[in-house]
Amino acid sequence: MGKEGEELTEQETAIYDRQIRVWGVDAQRRLSKSHIFVSGLKGTVIEFCKNIVLAGVGSLMLNDDRLVTEELLSANFLVPSDENVTRGKSLAELCCESLKDFNPMVSVSVEKGDLANFDVEFFQKLDAVVISCCSLLTKKSVNAKCRKSPRRVAFYSVECRDSCGEIFVDLQNYSYSKKKNEETIECHLQYPSFEDAIAVPWRSLPMRTSKLYFAMRVIERFEELEKRNPQDVSAGDLPNVLKLRKELCEARCMNESQIPDLLLQRLLAARVEFPPVCAIIGGVLGQEVIKAISGKGDPLKNFFLFDAMDGKGIIEDISNINN
Amino acid sequence: MDTIEVSNLNRQFLFRQKHVGQSKAKVAREAVLKFKPHIKITPYHANVKDPEFNVDFFKQFNVVLNGLDNLDARRHVNRLCLASGVPLVESGTTGFLGQVTVHVKGKTECYECQPKPAPKTYPVCTITSTPTKFVHCIVWAKDLLFAKLFGNKNQENDLNVRSTDASSSSEHTEDVFEHRVDEDVEQYGRRIFDHVFGYNIEVALRNEETWKNRNKPRPVYTRDALPPRPIEQNGNKDKASNTGDPSSVSAMASLGLKNPQDLWSLRENSEVFLEALGLFFLKREKEIGQLGFDKDDQLAVEFVTSAANIRATSFGIPLHSLFEAKGIAGNIVHAVATTNAIIAGLIVLEAMKVLQNDVKSYRMTYCLEHPSRKMLLMPVEPFEPNKSCYVCSETPLTLEINTHRSKLRDFVEKIVKAKLGMSLPLIMHGVALLYEVGDDLEEDEVANYAANLDKVLSELPSPVTGGTILTVEDLQQELKCSINIKHREEFDEEKEPDGMVLSGWTPALATEKNKTSDNGPSSSNASQTVPLEPEDDDEIEIILKDPEILSAGKKRKSTDISVAADSEISSVTGAMLIKSKVEADDSHSDVMVDGNLDTNKKKRVQ
Repeated sequence: MGKEGEELTEQETAIYDRQIRVWGVDAQRRLSKSHIFVSGLKGTVIEFCKNIVLAGVGSLMLNDDRLVTEELLSANFLVPSDENVTRGKSLAELCCESLKDFNPMVSVSVEKGDLANFDVEFFQKLDAVVISCCSLLTKKSVNAKCRKSPRRVAFYSVECRDSCGEIFVDLQNYSYSKKKNEETIECHLQYPSFEDAIAVPWRSLPMRTSKLYFAMRVIERFEELEKRNPQDVSAGDLPNVLKLRKELCEARCMNESQIPDLLLQRLLAARVEFPPVCAIIGGVLGQEVIKAISGKGDPLKNFFLFDAMDGKGIIEDISNINN
Repeated sequence: MDTIEVSNLNRQFLFRQKHVGQSKAKVAREAVLKFKPHIKITPYHANVKDPEFNVDFFKQFNVVLNGLDNLDARRHVNRLCLASGVPLVESGTTGFLGQVTVHVKGKTECYECQPKPAPKTYPVCTITSTPTKFVHCIVWAKDLLFAKLFGNKNQENDLNVRSTDASSSSEHTEDVFEHRVDEDVEQYGRRIFDHVFGYNIEVALRNEETWKNRNKPRPVYTRDALPPRPIEQNGNKDKASNTGDPSSVSAMASLGLKNPQDLWSLRENSEVFLEALGLFFLKREKEIGQLGFDKDDQLAVEFVTSAANIRATSFGIPLHSLFEAKGIAGNIVHAVATTNAIIAGLIVLEAMKVLQNDVKSYRMTYCLEHPSRKMLLMPVEPFEPNKSCYVCSETPLTLEINTHRSKLRDFVEKIVKAKLGMSLPLIMHGVALLYEVGDDLEEDEVANYAANLDKVLSELPSPVTGGTILTVEDLQQELKCSINIKHREEFDEEKEPDGMVLSGWTPALATEKNKTSDNGPSSSNASQTVPLEPEDDDEIEIILKDPEILSAGKKRKSTDISVAADSEISSVTGAMLIKSKVEADDSHSDVMVDGNLDTNKKKRVQ
């Protein structure tokens, strides 16, 4: 075990005892020095924030200027359901207060502003960026800015619709070592950006690629073409979404049956978040960010897809890069 | 019954530092009401095995969600769920691994349909004479030496019996561990040290047969491990003695050792050993004679770590840090927030299916560390009930036992309680009652049963011999089973340390089990990757009554939930029982939280 930096305090050792037994002291030390930014504070990201604050990251910055509405709080256990408390405050401000209380050793702060306007300078101070509830355009541009940073900024985007969820991971060039039968092996992974990943021709993907992956792409594209706000779709959009599916499938030489009507219908119809799925996706996302920061464990590449309907949590590698 | 500890705070997100020491059930209730004010939650800060949580109690619920941390309580709740016909969602986590299973009487297997791995035990002689792994040294230090010095003197202890042999009379060894009235504590410590690490090893070495194919241990005496003069620690000791709270007494603190992750040298271990032993006598004398090892007792952990390390030195076994030793000695389960979040989400998904009676969709789900067939979360169709399960399908068991030598007490302790997991048993031979436990017994009955306990089976008023069929029943669990008695003369002391063998409860046939969800992996795969019984700190139980509550959260409903806390998963520890009924435009719910559950883990040296 290489020593780096100062030792953990007695308080840290006591609180983090059970997880140090999982990932070791060095990993814990690296976690405690990491800086993380999240944008779009709905249920899944809230779960994620809870997980990494408890785990003891160095700092967490929250970005979401929206004022609190009942709908925004449907899967948010951080904010008390008391209008006297919530009135006039942004979602980020309210979440910040309770997250601080979760773990006084983590510095939690609010970062105001439109996600699209943060620049490379801002992102390069960070170790990980997690975004949700933003347009496709913003998603691509934030990912690109993270990639321009001289030091690696791990990029994640997460989306939940109905009882389905998707995580995208971009660790750029990522090397880590792992132990296998007493031997230490060096592993290297190369990730595509979000833009490059979703541009991978559908017909080049294996037949058994998760249908949810394609369905998410159709709806994402629909929102972009219609200039909708993120997740501002409803069951009434189904006919137009089906039309778009036809176009996309024809253009990409894929059979439409790979994206079932019923699945699209479910993804469009959801009005409220589904807390158990938020917990599951937020749990997997939290674990991935901890892996990337601590350098412990195999990170997933590069999509994670979960559908509560069949209960499968699947990893898909959608890239042109062979590792 | 469980209370909040500092080490829970890294994952049980309903609790804060200020809650340490308080009831999990009660604090969890308050925390949930803050963000969901209109549900009804009833906390029970009690043991789920208490008689008040009987079959009638369980019957009020629609589903039970287990979040228990020990096998005993899990089996108990499984039986009450079977007896009351209430579906059970079981769960557990260890590190990155976790699982959720659904148990519905008659539809899926019960929690006990497949044998659970027994807690690891070690042969006595490995512990007392021929350790080869660090864990052997820990067991020796904790269950033998610590118990001998600080525990109940009347308890059986193998420390003398085998580690010293005939050359020292039993009277002599009895004296060795006794703290003599006028003896200086430092002196006493050195005498114990030299006896167990030096003299006993020398005695063991005389038995050449033992060491033919083994590396010989090296005796360690204080004169080798420590500088010639007693080390002067007085200054520090005085400082330590000023702190008033006996629970904060620490040998590491008074020796200036800070980092629990450090490996100590033989000398440091020896100093910690003497210091810890001394501190027990100086600061915690009142507790001596009744102490049991507790992983949260700093001084006990220090003593056990140092003793195990000194013994490991003797036997050429690699030493370990206090942090590692504590994990081994305390059977500490690794636990992180993320796995708990995932498992909690999966529990809710299964509970919702149960409430909607969506039997076809029930799944056992495994949370894996490494993907299997691209899956990190792997659902598998639940198994059918095991037809030979004595818990859910009344299959008789067979017990081989020496009916002329074994007493009823042995049968009650080793079989009825330890193996069958009954807590309030009643034992019948035909219509004759042999034994019974309960508050409402007459005095003469109590005396009668007490007398029976000390009789060998074949001499009971209604003699138990080969061919006898005994009926054993637990009235609280409403579980009844028949045991065919087979007389057997001899048992292998090492392999069959109970002196009796229970059989007849076999895992279901592999072919029956291999039903899996479409293109899912086989069950045998799943059970290889994931421990069947992660004994963790964390879990929950929920019982729900009305399916409509779940119709996608669009209707307002009134829910009745009760949570018994002993669990991790939604940061509560215990069982959560949920009742619910749909009532338009109104949302009260009822949740009961019961902090449970006896966390005593039983472990034996045999």
